Amino acid sequence: MATADITTDAHHHHEQTFWSKYVFSTDHKMIAMQYMFTGMFMAAIGGFMAYVFRMQLAFPGMEVPLFGLVGPNDYNALITNHGTIMIFWVAMPVLIAAFGNFLIPLMIGCDDMVFPKINRLSYQIFLLSAVILLISLAVPGGGFAGAWTAYPPLSAQAQYSGTALGSTLWLVAVALEFVAFLLGGINFVTTAMNSRAPGMKMYDIPMVIWMIVIASVLFMASVGPLIAGAIMLFMDQVVGTGFYDPARGGDPVLWQHLFWFFGHPEVYVVLLPALGITADIMCVFARKKLFAYRTALWTVFGTGILSFTVWAHHQFVAGIDPRMAHIFTVTTLLISIPIAELCFIYIATLYGGSITLSTPMLWALAFVAEFLIGGVTGIFLGASGADIYFHDTYFVLAHFHYTFFPIAIIGTFAGITMWFPKMFGRYMSEFWGKVHFWGTVIPFNIIFIPLFFLGTIGQHRRIYDYTNFPELSLPWMQDLRQLATVALIVMLLFQFIFLINMFYSMFRGKKAPKNPWRANTLEWTTESPPPHGNWPEGLPEVYRGPYEYSTPGRDEDYWPQNVPS
Amino acid sequence: MSEHAHEHPNYIKIWAVLVVLLGISVLGPLFGHPVVTLVTAFGIALVKAYLVAKNFMHVNVQKRFVAYMLLTCLVFMALFFFAAAPDVMKSEGNNWYKPEAQWQAGAGTSEGHGDH
Amino acid sequence: MRPIANTRSAAGIPTGRLAVWWVVASEIVIFGGLLASYVMHRLAHPAWAEQAMHTNVWAGGFNTLVLLTSSLSAVLAHKAAEEGDGPKAARLLGYTMLGGAMFVVVKAFEWTAEIQAGYTITSSTFWSFYYSAAGLHGLHVIGGVVIMGFVAAAARRNEELHRVELIGIYWHFVDIVWIFLFPLLYIAK
Ligand code: HEM
Ligand SMILES: [Cu+2]
Repeated sequence: MATADITTDAHHHHEQTFWSKYVFSTDHKMIAMQYMFTGMFMAAIGGFMAYVFRMQLAFPGMEVPLFGLVGPNDYNALITNHGTIMIFWVAMPVLIAAFGNFLIPLMIGCDDMVFPKINRLSYQIFLLSAVILLISLAVPGGGFAGAWTAYPPLSAQAQYSGTALGSTLWLVAVALEFVAFLLGGINFVTTAMNSRAPGMKMYDIPMVIWMIVIASVLFMASVGPLIAGAIMLFMDQVVGTGFYDPARGGDPVLWQHLFWFFGHPEVYVVLLPALGITADIMCVFARKKLFAYRTALWTVFGTGILSFTVWAHHQFVAGIDPRMAHIFTVTTLLISIPIAELCFIYIATLYGGSITLSTPMLWALAFVAEFLIGGVTGIFLGASGADIYFHDTYFVLAHFHYTFFPIAIIGTFAGITMWFPKMFGRYMSEFWGKVHFWGTVIPFNIIFIPLFFLGTIGQHRRIYDYTNFPELSLPWMQDLRQLATVALIVMLLFQFIFLINMFYSMFRGKKAPKNPWRANTLEWTTESPPPHGNWPEGLPEVYRGPYEYSTPGRDEDYWPQNVPS
Repeated sequence: MSEHAHEHPNYIKIWAVLVVLLGISVLGPLFGHPVVTLVTAFGIALVKAYLVAKNFMHVNVQKRFVAYMLLTCLVFMALFFFAAAPDVMKSEGNNWYKPEAQWQAGAGTSEGHGDH
Repeated sequence: MRPIANTRSAAGIPTGRLAVWWVVASEIVIFGGLLASYVMHRLAHPAWAEQAMHTNVWAGGFNTLVLLTSSLSAVLAHKAAEEGDGPKAARLLGYTMLGGAMFVVVKAFEWTAEIQAGYTITSSTFWSFYYSAAGLHGLHVIGGVVIMGFVAAAARRNEELHRVELIGIYWHFVDIVWIFLFPLLYIAK
């Protein structure tokens, strides 16, 4: 411990300028904030795009307030970049990078990431990638409009897409983002493996840390082929090779395989951190031990491996080998089992607990409830027979929004409301937190439930104007579209409540103590917000698992990990 | 750290073996037999990779999980190959064909499918 | 300043080495994806064998020899570093860098000759793979040489000697990639 004191002392002495504190910081907490606010900024842009194209769908040909007329190319560019942004510039940076950076060192009891400078570099590359993506929207020809999956030939050949520069900048931005997360991921995994507090053994690690680490590993193991694929696509775009051109000895389906080999593990990459955040919240606010910690953990390991075997369920109608379609149907249905098991584990954790319906807990419960709908509809899509009909309809779209929205939005709000007191040393308003909660979750369902019905009736995705399809523009269908759009606008407006609540509470909120939720994990044993170096009096040691709540025979209903027995 | 206090093998000897193997793989095609070439080219590449990984990278004296993690990545790549190859290697479908692949299959080179 | 986190070793492997192994793992899937794509195309296009005839086996073989030898000096540098002899490790790393440089120079001549003979990256998808795969590998060689320069400079002053091993692991990996690229691009006809 002596070394700990010396290092942190040295840290205290040097003066911090604005630049070194906020912009070029190597402190994991500051980098977490950078990721979080950049992600939230991008979420605002992605949300605005959704508003614009939903307005076009509900009221075709209308001058959209704050945007203007939406042309067909604008429409395609908007949906493409909405998807890209929400997955790569919102879900990834907030769920993995922001929470990973903030929580990993604090929850495993060390002073920083193992490679603080690489951590900073990771954020800087990420920021650069975001800037390039935003620039790509404004270049001549417009932003990339070939869907977030970027299938060739649309993505590969400017003669089809009409967005020569936009496509390439989009691709470069995505590739840079991958590099940023590879650097960040290696840092996360190495830190969690090597730098745990003395005494913290494998099964003493909080679930959220496990989940972020497993997610980082999945990312690292799955993104490689897509990086290779992106290089080939880049060559096709810029140099004029024919990797994806069947007329010249290439193959377009290869891209689909490379993309989804990454794409499906990627959905678990974002799912797992959200699952981890909710697990930790539920234990705290149900005052109960996580049910079957070890089973849950090994289930997640298994899911991670299985997630590499299901990718071609996105390609059932791409002309893939029918024998392969059978195999991928089976693996896809198999992977629903561990997910269902995890849901049961969560319910068992809640069962018999003394539940407090605080804002974070509401978000956590909503996560499981809403995600369930996403998971269940996935089973229909995983059966290749049904998917031949459902593919590329709004049923798919509603399916993955019922998975991604709970993950990227509900999970994020759960995490922010849970750790806000630790991040900023103040409470957020519970009342406004709950208003925001209901104002988000109710409209969310009103948006997407109609889309399931529209999809079942055969409404295709990625269509600019349904009035060109008489059988898809019956009055009741148009009514449902308008309902979804209005609900979206309501939901977006409710986000201002969150923003005001957050920024107001950051500076004016009630001061929070070290451990406002009476939780066990290590981050609650230091000041709120934690100083540079995290534990100035010496780093903590660990004596037990993270979820010892309501232990029989103890006065307190919690038993922090760092308290000697 | 203490785990790393291992014996250093005779690196020069291993290098010499690698060079001999390289020589064989270059000379293999001179026999003119495709199977021999396959073995001398790829069989030897595997042996060389194994020698480098074991003796130069010291994979064998790391904690066990290092080897597992690298092997898992390789297994994933094999999986990718076998699931994607049936589609990517197809040269014709209902309304399409790949001129390059077809033309070569028709040309009847050694590995052509012949059922044309 | 190095955080305390960096000095811990709960997994039983020093932090830097652990991180390099993860780098290698993520590189395996990058090259793995590229080479798997190449192999399936290659199997579907028997006539590519004819195009592969125009690659220069002797240049490729010589470069393999160069890389194998540079790996030898990298591992000898690691041994020297472990014995605490920084200057010797730096000198051996210097030989490895020389090898890397020679590899790139040979490639430059090879490619120039091929391009002059009319085999460019857009000539056919075989050549696209040829230049892309070797090019990506070449970038790894160049990157390795640059990083090695910093490591060697520090090692000369007997600083950060553990990094000699780390850059070595990376270098051997790049070597292994070439061990596979060589038969895939040059020998298989
Ligand atoms: C319970 C397990 C799940 C199953 C069985 C499942 C199944 C499927 C299937 C078969 C498709 C392809 C439908 C089609 O394009 O025709 C699909 C699409 C999709 N799923 Fe899931 N899914 C599951 C969970 C998830 C999760 C957890 C996420 C996100 C975190 C997710 C995100 C997506 C996305 C984004 C798409 C559409 C991609 C696109 O075409 O743009 N799914 N799902
Ligand atoms: Cu999927």
